[in-house]
Amino acid sequence: MLRNLWSGLAGLLRKEQVEREMDEELGEFLDAAAQENMRGGMSRAEAARAARLEMGGMEAVKENVRAASWESRIETVWSDLRFGARLLRFNPVFAGAAILSLALGIGANTAIFQLIDAVRLRTLPVKNAQEIARVAIDQRNGASGNFSTRYPDLTYAMWEQIRAQQQGFSDVFAWGPNLFNIAPGGEVHNVQGLWVSGDFFQTLGVEPVLGRLFTAEDDQPRCASPGAAISYSLWQREYGGERAVLGRTITVNRHPFPIIGVAPADFYGVEVGRYFDVAVPLCAEPIINGEDSQLKSRSGWWLSVMGRLKTGWSAERAAAQLRAISPGVFEATLPPDFNPSRAKHFLQYRLGVFPADSGLSDLRKDYEKPLWLLLALAGLVLLIASANLANLMLARASAREKEMAMRMAVGAGRGRLIRQLLAESLLLAGIGAGLGALLARNLSRVLVASLSTQHDPLFVELGTDWRVLGFTTALAVLTCILFGLAPALRATSVAPGLALKDGGRGSTQGRSRFALRRILVVSQIAMSLLLLVGALLFARSLNNLAGLDAGFRQSGILVTDIDFTPLNLAKQARLAFSNDLLKRVRVIPGVDAAAIAAVVPLSGNGINQDIFWGDAGEPEGEAPTATINRVSPGFFKTLQTRMLDGRDFDEHDAANSPKVAVVNETFAKKFANGANPVGMKFRIRRLKTVSPPYEVIALVQDTKYGELRENFQPIAYLAIAQFDHPGTDAQILMRSNAPLTKLMSAVKSTANEVNPNMDISFVTFHKMIEDGLLRDRLMARLSGFFGVLAVVLAAIGLYGVISYMVARRRNEIAIRVALGARRESIVKLVMGEAGVLLGVGLVIGTVLALAGGKAAASLLFGLKPWDVPTFVLALGLLALVATAASLLPAARAARSDPMEALRQE
Amino acid sequence: MADKASGLVQGTLDMLILKTLELQPMHGYGIAMRIEQISKGVFQVNPGSLFPAFRRLERKGWLPSEWRETENNRRARYYALTGLGRKQLKGETQEWTRQAAAIARILEAES
Repeated sequence: MLRNLWSGLAGLLRKEQVEREMDEELGEFLDAAAQENMRGGMSRAEAARAARLEMGGMEAVKENVRAASWESRIETVWSDLRFGARLLRFNPVFAGAAILSLALGIGANTAIFQLIDAVRLRTLPVKNAQEIARVAIDQRNGASGNFSTRYPDLTYAMWEQIRAQQQGFSDVFAWGPNLFNIAPGGEVHNVQGLWVSGDFFQTLGVEPVLGRLFTAEDDQPRCASPGAAISYSLWQREYGGERAVLGRTITVNRHPFPIIGVAPADFYGVEVGRYFDVAVPLCAEPIINGEDSQLKSRSGWWLSVMGRLKTGWSAERAAAQLRAISPGVFEATLPPDFNPSRAKHFLQYRLGVFPADSGLSDLRKDYEKPLWLLLALAGLVLLIASANLANLMLARASAREKEMAMRMAVGAGRGRLIRQLLAESLLLAGIGAGLGALLARNLSRVLVASLSTQHDPLFVELGTDWRVLGFTTALAVLTCILFGLAPALRATSVAPGLALKDGGRGSTQGRSRFALRRILVVSQIAMSLLLLVGALLFARSLNNLAGLDAGFRQSGILVTDIDFTPLNLAKQARLAFSNDLLKRVRVIPGVDAAAIAAVVPLSGNGINQDIFWGDAGEPEGEAPTATINRVSPGFFKTLQTRMLDGRDFDEHDAANSPKVAVVNETFAKKFANGANPVGMKFRIRRLKTVSPPYEVIALVQDTKYGELRENFQPIAYLAIAQFDHPGTDAQILMRSNAPLTKLMSAVKSTANEVNPNMDISFVTFHKMIEDGLLRDRLMARLSGFFGVLAVVLAAIGLYGVISYMVARRRNEIAIRVALGARRESIVKLVMGEAGVLLGVGLVIGTVLALAGGKAAASLLFGLKPWDVPTFVLALGLLALVATAASLLPAARAARSDPMEALRQE
Repeated sequence: MADKASGLVQGTLDMLILKTLELQPMHGYGIAMRIEQISKGVFQVNPGSLFPAFRRLERKGWLPSEWRETENNRRARYYALTGLGRKQLKGETQEWTRQAAAIARILEAES
């Protein structure tokens, strides 16, 4: 085998020598044969002639010998490819169009697939990723407490229990993502932070490139001076990759941490789609978060626990063990302030084990489905483009029919000719795929960038692995077969005699040769209708979201967060301090209105609490809940939320005056059965304690609370001045028409006048809401792009086929015109043909779109996938474009001079 | 062009070539002549089948070749048999004998 390969390769390289030796050997054979003949009594000339006759054609023998070796196959393929390349060079327009459309199609598909591969298919870049699993509560519904970080699976108390009692994992670790402000003072500089337990890096098998990473000793309760591990990229970005970074300090929320080590470049954490810059041990959390620390709070959910399964332990076995210890774990970690019904619920929780070999990702949850859908759309575009190419190749095939017939007549095998024709397609597909792969690298990066926002930067490792390569290759082969095979079979299926006899008249071609092209065009129209419907659905859905009345003004609002934690103000001084800030902000020139809110609408934060309607008694069973916001006077005026009845909060609603609340319409519907709730009372239960009664002083219109897509929720607005746990920051919303930069610098200098030692960050309300619609915008844009592309491609396809039809029936049309047919009737004739194709395509496309719409249903807002106006619009648009595309050749046919056509006969 | 060698059972040409070379290395024409002579002219081997067969066998490592002087002072390519080739020949001969005997038995039974 090896020898065979070796001599084959040697044969390829020493081709000339092999040829020469073969010549010599055959010559020797002839000589020997001739001499033998002469011995039999022939003359020299006679003997040589007889020997040659006996041998047969010298070239034929040589060809036989050559064919016995496999390397000759390669040579034929090579020469086929060269021949194909030459043909393509003669048709630069065809080649260019083909390669461009393939490169675009394959590029778009590969780019999307690359993203899917990165967020869904690839495993974590750690040692033996398949052993990594996640420990979380199986079906945790109705949990309550403070949920911070992106993966609030468990509390710290639970983590301690799990670490002590689990048996299925050789190592377990806990971690949670967070934003860390690493600016030593002044304007906030947030980077991606991680809380990690001491075993984090060791369990994952991550080795430092510099210094050391944490061990269990770094994560002891009440660690006095913990270190920080930084990522490779932060090391490069902020410290220029200097080795002297060890021993320097980095401040996290103004607390200094010595840098102890740098993680390797390819390690981004266990969260796909994100990266980390700084990691600190869990025990440092109280230092950084101060009085908001979650560590000791039993209702503080902020950790995700993962581990490496012991050899011999399956995930099921580890889960069974965790289930067995669950009652004890939850008994030991029950938050003491839970009321009985909550506690009962809590104690029924059971731990489970979930696969995590490809890490965790909220990105995956949000984008996996849209990405597969986009891949399907891009795949359709590629199919339409392939159909166009197939059409072009068919046209070329019929033009080369005589050439093929001639070659078959002189003895070329059909298989050989098909191989040669396929080589040309292969060349196109290969070049297209190569360019497409290059394009994909940029496209996927653009895609990721378009999903990143300033406050939520994404990081996706977009390497090209065997899956991506395989995908692209498969696409190339598939398209090649799609557009190359049918025309090749077609071109060589002629009986040579017939084709040669058919002396130049196009009109005698059978209808069946044309049928394939019609089928192609019909399917193109059907597929492009599908894409067009998809594009319009997503565009209308985005339009619905953007044009939605959220109940407040979205533009011209600046959200400023002034964090005065560094000032270490006592609790009772904080309200007055933030009030003072608000007053100063209100007088900044250009600020029309300003207010403080605990929850900025649509920021994703939220408070949800039990409501007891009335001023006495407790309901049986589960209490109904409402969302809560705490706001200062002027909040509704700032956001221009309409007040339907009653009055706004004012300065008389202070800490020691009667508690008051403003509620929205949905709240009134839910709790007061739709009656005007002004003057009515309710109480709020937070865990075990029930508040004194709140009197409703106003009714406001409904507003969105968490996100635009949700239904209106019942909201109770409480006076922030009456809150007894004021935090150490003030979120000030201000409405202004002044330029943003001017406003921001004015706010900064105002804050600096009060105290220069505060952290300030800004976000515009409008931008924040827009960022919330990122996925919808992506779907609308990309599907719109694919839809337009599809319609253009289908129009080109239809144009091509109708033009071909007109050319084919040129004589017939000429005769009709000569016999007095009117131009209109010629146009009608051609358009009739186009209309049949269009009609069939549209019907099939409608059926497909109705069936395929289901896949998009969950991504749409405010309309169903069978939205009638969308279908009408799509059908109308496509019909219009298609009619225009076929009208051109029809008009040309009608204008043609009959004499000219007939003279050519 | 009548090629009696094509009447050979598929694959037997290879065996005949190996057999011919069992005694001594030979060149192409010699091999063809030997097969013709020993078969008393029943098999006339055409170069069109002979040389591809050489390439095939060479590839399998049964039939190395070298350029040598002939009896009448000319250069010719001589083919020889390797140990592997001998083993192959032995195996093929046995198989052939077995099959030929079986076929003969069947034919006798029929008649």
